[in-house]
Amino acid sequence: MTDTWTPDQPIVSIKDVHKSFGDLEVLKGVSFDVMKGEVICIIGPSGSGKSTLIRCINALNDIQSGSITVEGLEVNTPNLDKLALRKKVGMVFQQYNLFPHKTAIENVMMAPLLVLKQSPEEVEARARSLIRKVRLEGKENAYPGELSGGQQQRVAIARSLAMNPDVMLFDEVTAALDPETVKEVLVTIKDLAAEGMTCMLVTHEMGFAKEIGDHIYFTDRGVIVEHGPPATFFKKASDPRTREFLSQIL
Amino acid sequence: METVAEWFLWLKEAHGIKLTIFYDELDRTRFLKGVWTTIHLSFVCVLASIVIGIAGAWLQMSPLVWVRRIMSGYIAFFRNTPPLVQLYFFYFAVDSALSGLFGIRGGIMSSYGWAVMALSFFAGAFNTEIFRAGIEAVPKSTTEAAQALGYSRFQIFRYITFPLAYRVCLPALNNNLINLVKTTTVAYAIAVPETLYISNQIWSDEYNVPEMMNVVWVVYIVLVGVLVWLMHRWEKAIRVPGFGQ
Amino acid sequence: MKPVLDSNNTDLPVMMPFRPGAATWDARDWAGLATSRRFGLALALVLISWILIDSAAAQMVSTQGQTVWQTLVKWTPLMMFGPEGEFGGFVLNIVVSFIAMALGTFMGLWLGLGQVSPNRFISRGSWAITQLFRNSPWLVLLFYFMLLLPFFIRIGDTRIEVSGWAKATFALSLPIMANVSEIVRGSIASIPTGQWDSAESLAFTRTQTMWRIILPQCIKRMIPPWMNWYCILTMSTPLISILGVNDGMRLTQDALAAEGRSEYLIPMYLWLMSWFFIYSYPIAMLTRKLENRFAVNQ
Repeated sequence: MTDTWTPDQPIVSIKDVHKSFGDLEVLKGVSFDVMKGEVICIIGPSGSGKSTLIRCINALNDIQSGSITVEGLEVNTPNLDKLALRKKVGMVFQQYNLFPHKTAIENVMMAPLLVLKQSPEEVEARARSLIRKVRLEGKENAYPGELSGGQQQRVAIARSLAMNPDVMLFDEVTAALDPETVKEVLVTIKDLAAEGMTCMLVTHEMGFAKEIGDHIYFTDRGVIVEHGPPATFFKKASDPRTREFLSQIL
Repeated sequence: METVAEWFLWLKEAHGIKLTIFYDELDRTRFLKGVWTTIHLSFVCVLASIVIGIAGAWLQMSPLVWVRRIMSGYIAFFRNTPPLVQLYFFYFAVDSALSGLFGIRGGIMSSYGWAVMALSFFAGAFNTEIFRAGIEAVPKSTTEAAQALGYSRFQIFRYITFPLAYRVCLPALNNNLINLVKTTTVAYAIAVPETLYISNQIWSDEYNVPEMMNVVWVVYIVLVGVLVWLMHRWEKAIRVPGFGQ
Repeated sequence: MKPVLDSNNTDLPVMMPFRPGAATWDARDWAGLATSRRFGLALALVLISWILIDSAAAQMVSTQGQTVWQTLVKWTPLMMFGPEGEFGGFVLNIVVSFIAMALGTFMGLWLGLGQVSPNRFISRGSWAITQLFRNSPWLVLLFYFMLLLPFFIRIGDTRIEVSGWAKATFALSLPIMANVSEIVRGSIASIPTGQWDSAESLAFTRTQTMWRIILPQCIKRMIPPWMNWYCILTMSTPLISILGVNDGMRLTQDALAAEGRSEYLIPMYLWLMSWFFIYSYPIAMLTRKLENRFAVNQ
């Protein structure tokens, strides 16, 4: 935590972010704030820039202009302390990206051991409790290849939680799963949100967004077209683009 | 050209670096002939090995079990024995046996001929595997779809199988052909007058081993480098987006 | 009468009671053997060699009462192990292949890592070195290093002789280094970028990511092409005979010169080639098996 940040300020603050891949501008001036403990959902058609935005928050992609601050730490600087950023921010990916040559519990333990340099006993105890938390007790010694998609995704969530982040980013984490397994992952995220974790989800699961989201943002072609709390957003969307998108999905 | 020759003469006087091929008529001529021999030896071997590869792939798909076994034997033999020994085997042993058999004195073919024979069969063995893999990589469902559309067997091969198979083969084939060009240097061992052999003659005459060795190395890097570049251009030009790599 | 499936009346193996040690070699097994690719191949090879050797022997007018087979056996110790008191022969070929492979693999690993380095200078330099040694003919490299490396190294007061085969081994390790570098680069590139992303998100450094996450996954995919290069290297070791090293090839030629009879040419060359074959073929088969196994697990 930086000294200048206090919980009454936004935990993630995005100001006028522009991002291009070569000549193609993907984010054209995105701004919004996220308060601690909020669950925000970003929805929109493919290519609208939502995954890119999430990746920029975690400095996996750089931005051409604008500012992103996480707990007061500015991401868009040349000398970014990446370790400090990634201790604050945890990310879960659509393709789980577990390390296939390590067991589930080793996946969860690796980063705290090697990056945070915590003691093995501490790390193992916490890893076991995290695996229990994502309801995968008994699967600690399974390799990712032996787990189903939903199970792998839950291990991925546990792995990110092991770093004790303050913000969790979810990049379309259920998009690659069968409908039956989607539920188990959503339940895990719901529990996290209920405990007060600040979550930013890029998702297609409208029902889920309605259920746990505090604020919904709709992006299209690199800008935030409309946003609002789920109650008003889904029923009284004003912009025609939003309405068209929602009518196709719902 | 005169100034080039003069500069290299100066190099010899001033620094003792004897690059005679630049200023000596005889050396230059025979060196260039050697390079030319390498080039056309490579060319002939490449063509012959491709023909052998195609024939071999076709034979390998024969319904006759013993034909397939003999092909497997041929491939296993040429892939698991050293090319240099194969070359000596052909040039000394086989030539001598056949000459004796037919009563021909002085050998059946020149060293160049046997080099082509040995190297072509060597590369042909690898090419057979490559072509076979390429043909098998064309999904059966694709050829079945063509059949359902009424294509004849030959038309299927010409319009469907061959274009797809050859794109799959091409990287491995190019690799093999480049290796073949590098392998032509073994012809040195049976006195084929290619680049390395001629250079050896030159440095024996002129006592300029380091200079000639560097020249030879550079010449081969350039030859092979140009070939690699051409192959890359070719692969890029025929690439179908989304198919293969 | 309904037909009854009972174990006395069936040819289905699963219906028959299990009798340990009662396995007999029956017609089905012979059929299996006859269609087995490996057996057929080995048989074909043996038959061909036998025919050639016999025909060569049949033409022979023996002056010393020596058959072809006896000649082969007589020269085998020399061809295999080298002259008395010296280290050479086919065994030298194998030793050279081991050392060159080990040295080349070690250097190639670092060169391959260099090729993927974020430092532009290192990556371009590594690429250049890789291309240089990939595109050079092996015989040219042998000539280059054997003729231009010193014959003696002076350390302090002592003069150490650098033997021919040591220089040859070094020269052969260079193209291996280049090809291993390519294998390493290729296999690193084949790891999905998601692995890099998730490692980065967990705040691993690039070194940690490379050594703990990426490279362990690469090893499996590197083994088949690496073994393939070992076979190619072994098949290239006879080149050192051209530069005067007393390896199996050179000694075979010496033996043939000593005998002086053209009837021994085919058998002796075949004899030498069969040693290479027997050494290399199992390795090639194992490589093929590993390739299939690793491909399936991908």
